[in-house]
Formats: sequence, structure tokens, C-alpha cells
Amino acid sequence: MYLPDFDYHSPESIDEALSLLANLGSGAKVLAGGTDLLHKMKQGDLAPKALVSLKGLDKLKGINYVEGRGVVIGALSTQNDILYSEVLAKKYPSVSHAAKKMASNQIRHLGTVGGNIVNAVPSADLPPILIALGASITLVSTSGKREMALEEFFVEPASSVINEGEILTEIVIPDGDLTGSSYHKFGLRRSGALAVVGVAASARVAGGVIEEARIVCASSAPKVIRTPKAEAFLAGKSPAPEVLEELQAIVESEVRPRDSIRGSAEYRRNLAGVLAKRALVDAVESGHGLPAED
Amino acid sequence: MNTIEDKEGVKRYMLSLTVNGDPHTVVVKANTTLSQVLRNELALTGTKQGCELGDCGSCTVLMDGKPVNSCMVLALEAEGHEVTTIEGVAEGAKLSDLQESFVNHGAVQCGYCSPGMVLSAKALLKRNPHPTELEVREAISGNLCRCTGYVHIVEAILAVSEGRTTPPEETNAGGEA
Ligand SMILES: Cc1cc2nc3c(=O)[nH]c(=O)nc-3n(C[C@H](O)[C@H](O)[C@H](O)COP(=O)(O)OP(=O)(O)OC[C@H]3O[C@@H](n4cnc5c(N)ncnc54)[C@H](O)[C@@H]3O)c2cc1C
Ligand code: FES
Ligand code: FES
Repeated sequence: MYLPDFDYHSPESIDEALSLLANLGSGAKVLAGGTDLLHKMKQGDLAPKALVSLKGLDKLKGINYVEGRGVVIGALSTQNDILYSEVLAKKYPSVSHAAKKMASNQIRHLGTVGGNIVNAVPSADLPPILIALGASITLVSTSGKREMALEEFFVEPASSVINEGEILTEIVIPDGDLTGSSYHKFGLRRSGALAVVGVAASARVAGGVIEEARIVCASSAPKVIRTPKAEAFLAGKSPAPEVLEELQAIVESEVRPRDSIRGSAEYRRNLAGVLAKRALVDAVESGHGLPAED
Repeated sequence: MNTIEDKEGVKRYMLSLTVNGDPHTVVVKANTTLSQVLRNELALTGTKQGCELGDCGSCTVLMDGKPVNSCMVLALEAEGHEVTTIEGVAEGAKLSDLQESFVNHGAVQCGYCSPGMVLSAKALLKRNPHPTELEVREAISGNLCRCTGYVHIVEAILAVSEGRTTPPEETNAGGEA
């Protein structure tokens, strides 16, 4: 299986990468792990004139806790870097858990968090938990730098606000007062399967009462979405059985799934409601730790 | 990276990488994958190409000790890296313990998945010398086998983690009748 022809560039600094992208213009694509990009190129869905590899940009690697900012995840961190990160294991095991549910060990050594975000498919596993934790991202280009909440990055359908010539450099999970978070993915197999539906939840709980919650759904709409009605409903409640039943019904009314080879719209709607309950219970009861079933 | 342009204007790149301890320099077009370089330029055909889309794991090699699908890696991305293929696992004519154990447990049938399986297992045992059965199954979950049903493969890997390369006598696991 041959890839279409293209020119290859491997810049040694972010500035060099940005000016290459600016000069090459619309035919050029950024190459990170290549697991989405090469897939599309092999399938004939994409034929870029040039690839600008980020592999030499060490500044985009690493996962660190920075006082006053939070957990800073370099865009080139691989899925396995996230799975095995000591910083995340300490602060947000829920994020490592989401990475563990992805692809296979071989793909996890290649695929990056930046690629998982910029590829902007609604089934991507890392955006839901990152959005639940209020993450922001930084985009840079030759004309400057902008920061935004990750949830504002995605545009329907399966596209984003990134401009030609921009590079995603980092993702920041800010320090906050959330007390718990969790991601529940349902795939057709335990490994190497995209999410039929994935739901992340986060919560701030005090004295058994949910003060604030986020419910974020993947593979449930043309882009990853929050469920504002469900989130408003949860404020001031505790996760009693009747509250969870109502949560399920509200989430099912908010998602907009479609029929696909991975599941019918009806099945996915129901699944989103069920996973929302499980994710919320874990976020309330297990903190940012691993879900009870694992 | 040095490039050469031919009369038709086709660009080729000088790529240097280390494969099984030997430094190599090859001249490739940008659209060449690592699996294609290993098989076609270096004649290391132990690395298989099955799906070529990252799903089956038959092209698994170790890059700096970590298993990756070589069909999903541009050859040029391996510049300066150390690659280990199945040809680099045995010590001369002597099979490694993992290879020996695969043979003794009947974990090799058609053999198409075996190079990738052995490399995934090698990386696992390096990172985690005494894995549980679940950890073994997780580590090889990106390597599809259409023949064995996985049981003998898992037993072969667990045996090595216990210092054995043969099945325990009484169970006759993997043996013919
Ligand atoms: C077999 C297989 C299984 C998979 N399983 C899963 C799964 O379970 N869950 C899941 O979510 N995904 C899965 N994926 C998809 C893929 O592995 C991930 O989305 C991965 O994280 C993409 O990252 P990458 O570095 O490989 O991206 P690339 O392919 O390098 O890039 C993807 C896109 O993002 C752009 N890009 C990448 N990085 C940047 C950056 N820093 N700045 C600007 N643009 C950038 C590229 O130009 C390209 O358009 C799977 C893929 C395969 C092949
Ligand atoms: S050939 Fe590479 S994963 Fe199948
Ligand atoms: S032995 Fe035939 S595919 Fe595994």
C-alpha cells in the first residue's frame, strides 16, 4: 500500500516549523504520530503536497505540573506518555485511564494527544475527559499565539477552528476545585476499537452534594458535546437512584447520535444515558481515580 | 536531511537509522514507510505487512525499545532511531527464550503473526518481567492471530516470565497427543 507523493520537512524549532508552514501554504500538513494522517493518505482521502514533521520539537513533549498553571501536557505527548505519566497518575488518573482505553500498545506509542484533538473526530477518546476537567489549549502561528477552552475548538461536523499554519503546542488542565472525574468508553472490543459512545464526567462535591458537574459525550453528536441541561439538573443534587434515572433521560434528550456501522442512533442514545450515570457515580465516589470496574 | 533530485524532479532523502545494531543509510522517497524500507531495502522480511493500516500488528518492530506498527511510521521518521526487527531477537543461531518458548508451546502455526507477537512480548517482559495473564493479553492485544486462539501464545509468554521455555510436564500444553 503506497502513500501518495509529498515533500518531507523536519524543522528543528517551533519558529522554523511555523515559517515552513506559512511558506508552504494550503498543501502542507503537520505530521505528529501520523496514525490518523497516514491512515487517510493510504485510503486516498488526503494527498498533502508536503508534510512538516514535529518529531524534532522537544519543546512540545513532556507532561509537567507547573505551579499556578496546572498540569501542562505537550501536544506531542503520546497516548502511552499519558497512560504512564507519573504527574497524571498523581493528579488525574482518570486521564491516564482514558488513554488506556485507546487503540493498541503499538498505536499508543505513536499517536499523540495533539493529533487526537486536531483530527477532530467525534469519537476521539481524550477530548471528553480533558473538556470535563476544563482544559485549555494553545495554538501558535507566525502571526502570534491564542489560547482557548478546548470545548470551543471543535466545530460541526468533524472540523475545528484551527487555521492553516497553526500548531497546537500544549494542553493545560488548570488547578481547580473539582473533586472527581471519570471516563467511560464503550467499544465493540476491549482493544483496537473506536468508541461506540464515550462519556466523561467531572464534579465538585461537598458534603455529599454535587455543587457543579460536567457531562461530556463522544460519538454522540457531530462533535464532542457537553450536556448543559443535565449539568444544570445535577447542581445541588446527590447521586440517588431517582436522580440518576432522570440524568439518563436528560442526557438521552440532549445527544444527537447518528446511525453508523458501530451502532444505531437509538442504541447510542441509550448508551450515552447509561454511561453518563456510571461516569457521574465514579466522579462522585472515586475522586479522580480509576473507575470501580477496573 | 540530505536530498537528491533526479532528472524528473523526483526527490529522494538520505536516511540513516540503526537496525538490529547495524547502522544503515538508505535513499528513499518521502512516501516510503518503515516496513517498506525494512522489507524492500534491507531484505528483512521477517517484518510482515498485513492490513497496512495499523490494525493487525504483523508489522510490529521495536523503535528505541518500544513496539510500533512499522506500516504507520514514515521511514524518514525513523532517522536517528534504533529499530529492532525479529531478525535481531535471536543471538546468532540460538533462539531467544521467547522464541524457544513459542515453538515449545505450539504458539506458532502459520507464523504470520509470530514476529510481531514476539516483539510485543519482548517489550512487555523488559518493562514488566512478571506480568499477570491480563497484562500479557493487554500487551499483545494489538497483534492479531488467526490461527492459535491466543491461549498457547499467552502460555508461552507467561512461561518465560517464570523462567521456563517449556510447558509444565503434566499439562502437555501445546503438545500433540
Ligand atoms: C488502529 C488504530 C486505532 C485507533 N484507535 C483509537 C482509539 O481507540 N481512540 C482514539 O481516540 N483514536 C484512535 N485512533 C486514532 C489516532 O490514533 C489518534 O487520534 C491519535 O491520537 C492521533 O494522533 P497522531 O499524532 O497520530 O496524529 P497525526 O495523524 O499525526 O495527525 C492528525 C491530524 O492532526 C494534525 N496535527 C497533529 N498534531 C498537530 C499539532 N500539534 N498542531 C497542529 N496540527 C496537528 C495533523 O495535521 C492531522 O491533520 C486509532 C488509530 C488507528 C490507526
Ligand atoms: S500491517 Fe501494520 S498493523 Fe497491519
Ligand atoms: S500463527 Fe497464524 S496468524 Fe498467528
